[in-house]
Amino acid sequence: MNGPLVKFLLRNPSVMVFMGILALFVVVVTIASEASGYGLISTSFVKTLGKTLCFCLVAIAMDLVWGYCGILSLGHFAFFGLGGYMIGMWLMYARTEIIVERAAAGAELPPTAQEISDAIGNQIFGVVGGSDFPAIWAFADLFWAQAALIVLVPGLLALVFGWLAFRSRVTGVYLSILTQAMTLALALYLFQNDSGLRGNNGLSGLQNLPGLEKVSQDSISLWFFWASAGALALGYLIVKLIVESKLGNVIRGIRDDESRVRFLGYNVEAYKLFVFVLTAIIAAIAGALYYPQAGIINPAELAPIASIYLAVWVAIGGRGRIYGAVIGAAFVSLLSSWFTGGQAPNIPLGFYTVKWVDWWLILLGLSFVFVTLYAPQGMGALIDKLSRKGRAS
Amino acid sequence: MSGMLLEVNGISVSFDGFKAINNLSFNIGPAELRAIIGPNGAGKTTFMDIVTGKTRPDAGDVIWGDKNISLLKKSESDIARLGIGRKFQKPTVFEDQSVRDNLTMALKNKRGPFDVLFYKSNGPDNEKVESIAGEIGLADHLEQRAGDLSHGQKQWLEIGMLLAQDPQLLLVDEPAAGMTGPERDQTVRLLREMAKTRAVVVVEHDMEFIRNLGCKVTVLHEGSVLAEGSIDHVTENKNVIDVYLGR
Repeated sequence: MNGPLVKFLLRNPSVMVFMGILALFVVVVTIASEASGYGLISTSFVKTLGKTLCFCLVAIAMDLVWGYCGILSLGHFAFFGLGGYMIGMWLMYARTEIIVERAAAGAELPPTAQEISDAIGNQIFGVVGGSDFPAIWAFADLFWAQAALIVLVPGLLALVFGWLAFRSRVTGVYLSILTQAMTLALALYLFQNDSGLRGNNGLSGLQNLPGLEKVSQDSISLWFFWASAGALALGYLIVKLIVESKLGNVIRGIRDDESRVRFLGYNVEAYKLFVFVLTAIIAAIAGALYYPQAGIINPAELAPIASIYLAVWVAIGGRGRIYGAVIGAAFVSLLSSWFTGGQAPNIPLGFYTVKWVDWWLILLGLSFVFVTLYAPQGMGALIDKLSRKGRAS
Repeated sequence: MSGMLLEVNGISVSFDGFKAINNLSFNIGPAELRAIIGPNGAGKTTFMDIVTGKTRPDAGDVIWGDKNISLLKKSESDIARLGIGRKFQKPTVFEDQSVRDNLTMALKNKRGPFDVLFYKSNGPDNEKVESIAGEIGLADHLEQRAGDLSHGQKQWLEIGMLLAQDPQLLLVDEPAAGMTGPERDQTVRLLREMAKTRAVVVVEHDMEFIRNLGCKVTVLHEGSVLAEGSIDHVTENKNVIDVYLGR
């Protein structure tokens, strides 16, 4: 039954190398975590690592759509954010429901279902001056329905957007601008109080799993870390299977010479749409795993700059090689949180003190320019070189 | 007209007032080898663009095959799937991929994203790829990156991709451009071989090359047909001498 997969892994040893490194990383972090008792790694840092794995997953999606198919989407963080909102709605609803029911349990007169619903609405929407549930919260009490929406809502948005854009043969920088406009429009919409998703407050308290108040964050952080690692492994495998298939050849062909592929009889738009929607779904799943670890999601997460960062990670890591995307996302996002988190020592120059919180973005921008101009293969090229040398000797 | 593979009826197209094609009509039968010549701007490439769906004409019609399908409403990929292959002036192969992958991508198979995603290489397809590679002299280069081939080899690879596509009509834009003497002879042989089982239309500047093809020649000038016939017939035509050969 596993025959084809085993054969695939034997033909692509890099997948097994990646899985091995990831597994080792998971084991080390698990042992060193607070939950195991050693406490070498703080729970908040476990969360940071788990979030980094989610970034790696969305970077893989970005690499598939940009590095392999040549579509420079600068809007994939919108799908990431939407995935977070979808799971966030259930987390927030289910937890508020438990709190409200517990509070009502002491009352002499048992509250009606309507009263409970109103109380939950008050809890959630009081902050934006409302209490009625918007229609989009219809399934918020059903985990499986909301879990399906993680895939369906971003997938449908990508399908409609992609269909309109690709059908009109919008390509290159124009498509990039269009995707920026999409994520900006979505962010601006979500900022409104009557968007139904609590405006600029966003959804919060997502780190608390409903019904599991007794379980410490030490353990929950580890669960999400494992889930993120599993999703990353699965995403890596699926994307690798795709790029090594004949479809991988076709989309690389589209990247290099779109019209030639068309004259071979391939419907280029259908392929682009397939890749765009698939990567939007992967991004959404990454987002759904990310935001429970972050604890909060608000519309600023969907700002156009977030999607640009995503492209920067993939560019620095090296496009067109999946591990490049993983390396880029992990390296740059961890470095970014180190520099902006205030841990990086300031450099006093006497006349001026370099504060990394301010200068990190400039450093990142310069390295992006450097990579684009002088090392278009990114950091992944180093690994390519090392592995080739290893094979030669 | 029946029995024709491609009928072009009175097509015209202009770009910003410039008439690239002006009431052009002509027909191509099945298994016919045809050369099209004409000075720069005569409309040779625009004609190919129209037949392959890249450009829409302002007037006229293009009818394809036994079922008399109009090509004007079809997309490029639909037209390619109907059986019209096109070779570009510059060799356009997928340089980042191996010769084998280039040929496999062109093979006449289902073209939907899911068909392609779950495609498994199989015996008959591999045999076909290998036999085509033999025909185009690349049998020993199957696993080589297409970008590492010589210019002439790339031209052949592209012709091989068209063979794999197995079109009924093949439009070939300047196949001999940039080729060495022996490579040209090989290309002539290949084109004549292909024209035995399908229609081949060759656009070419090089008179010697066309003479070697030994086929009917259509001379285009300012977007319409100036003369048609054997190479000797058209080279003796006074109009042709004036606008093209006389220079």
